[in-house]
Amino acid sequence: MNNEDQYVVKARHPFAEAFEMFSKNIAAVIALIILFLIILVAIFGPTLYPVDPFDMVWMPFSPPGEEGFIFGTDYLGRDLVAMIIHGARVSIIIGVSAAFVTVFIGVSVGAMAGFYRGWVEEVLMRITEFFQVLPTLLFAMVIVALFGASLTMITIAIGAVSWTAVARITRAEFLRIRELEYVTASRASGANNFILMFGIILPNALPPIIVQAALMVGSAILFEAGLSFLGLTDPNVVSWGQVIGSNRSYLLDAGFTVTIPGAAIFITVLCISLVGDGLNDALNPKLRQR
Amino acid sequence: MTEPLLSVQNLRIELNTRDGVAPVIDDFSFDLFPGEAISFVGESGCGKSMTALGIMGLLPDGVGKIASGSINFAGEDLATADDKRLRNIRGNEISMIFQEPMTSLNPVYTIGEQIAEVLRAHQGLSRQASWSKAIELLDAVRIPNPQARVSDYPFQMSGGQRQRVMIAIALACEPKILIADEPTTALDVTVQAQIFDLLNDLRKQTGTAIILITHDMGAVAEMAERMIVMYAGRKVEEGPVQQVIDNAGHPYTQGLISCVPHILEKLTTERQTLQEVPGIVPSLRDFGKDQCLFATRCKYVSEKCNNVRPTEIEFESSQTVACWHTERKQ
Repeated sequence: MNNEDQYVVKARHPFAEAFEMFSKNIAAVIALIILFLIILVAIFGPTLYPVDPFDMVWMPFSPPGEEGFIFGTDYLGRDLVAMIIHGARVSIIIGVSAAFVTVFIGVSVGAMAGFYRGWVEEVLMRITEFFQVLPTLLFAMVIVALFGASLTMITIAIGAVSWTAVARITRAEFLRIRELEYVTASRASGANNFILMFGIILPNALPPIIVQAALMVGSAILFEAGLSFLGLTDPNVVSWGQVIGSNRSYLLDAGFTVTIPGAAIFITVLCISLVGDGLNDALNPKLRQR
Repeated sequence: MTEPLLSVQNLRIELNTRDGVAPVIDDFSFDLFPGEAISFVGESGCGKSMTALGIMGLLPDGVGKIASGSINFAGEDLATADDKRLRNIRGNEISMIFQEPMTSLNPVYTIGEQIAEVLRAHQGLSRQASWSKAIELLDAVRIPNPQARVSDYPFQMSGGQRQRVMIAIALACEPKILIADEPTTALDVTVQAQIFDLLNDLRKQTGTAIILITHDMGAVAEMAERMIVMYAGRKVEEGPVQQVIDNAGHPYTQGLISCVPHILEKLTTERQTLQEVPGIVPSLRDFGKDQCLFATRCKYVSEKCNNVRPTEIEFESSQTVACWHTERKQ
């Protein structure tokens, strides 16, 4: 039957459908565009605006717009535009890699706990709870203070204090999905535990983990800003939190030196949250009917 | 007679419940011969699915286990085989299809990937070879336009089509035994008939032995040569399908058969009232007792039924019944 071909519906991946849902959420789409611009600035900014953020270029505390310095200069006469551009790089790198560390630890722990149950679950979940009750900022400060303030260490510190949420979500999803019939069916066709965990269950557990990972990027940026505000940061790189921290004594005289990097953090994190919210709506089938 | 392909002897499966250990399958034996179709019949909760899961080694961890007995398959005892060996057998030599076609396919993979995965895991086929074999299999289970449908996701298919895909996955490696656990319960009647036709045809082509688990007497009559009637984890009657339906020995089997409605030729013909089996299956707590477990629902019940578990007697040639009140014929 040849005419059958014209009735074939083209196969659409469930994620293609989610993308369509996402694109209907205007706030999330705008936030995604702004985020995209910020990432472009972080990548190409330093080549297009070749001012060293550590150079003294003009008088300290010159207000925005003076002498062509759009954001003005800070307390050492450094160009704030250059600092924001270079800071974007650090913030985004830390945000993404800390989220990656978080998801990696969280998914491994949650998957094992949810899949094997029994004493494995008991032990892993007690460890998770132990990490949950630690004061996060303090614990991260201890790690950074002990092992040195490099970008890698800051990333690991942020990952170490924030993986618990991902672990709990992953475990909950695994507990739900492992009882579904297609998991038994895969078992009945001879799949081993590794395939069951990462080939069968994990892809079905991904939507809430993706949402959590997106939000994690935002909170990692905030976390890094908090640490560098307190001076726990790599002195060889510029970050937004560090700019705020070093100018904080001049808040009343030259407020712009603090508000500009603050606004940069605010806009970036807000955009990430909006995108995360859009992803949540798109990937959560229960909200689709709205 | 030829050697049985699968021989289950005195199987006992225990389940941990809040009230202690209960034998959901108690002293259960049967043989399955190559290319044969047998059927387990009984109402919900009488241990049909548990037997199937026990054979597959898929009893829920920590809850159910095989306490004693043996499951001989090709000279090997599956009851004591290790996990790695069992994984090798599952899907390759013994495979299973499930009750709910709507939920037994993984929603995030295309059906082609799911069929090809089994072929790659068990037969070591290449990506390309397994994909074209998947298309062949879809054609074999009569999915129209298999070249296009192979890259469909499960949600794009109807219930009947999904069950066909499940059958394709189960038969991908040409297993010796196919266990079908109520394969048509969730499907409507016309689709049921198609699935049975398909299973019958595939059985003729491949020589796969089938264990059909069902509570539908019509399905049994259509598919199986022999039937085993189970009640509360025990075998109460076994025999050739037609013989058992015509002349059931056990009162429970008689009850099961008399509660199937018949379509009459003329509307004016007087209808027989449907007979139900009164009462319900005893609770798991009572499963291990040394008595006839059907006694509480049986109209022939006597003192002996409540005190001693009935032994299996030969009722007619190749038909056995476990009841104190069934007399051997002739």
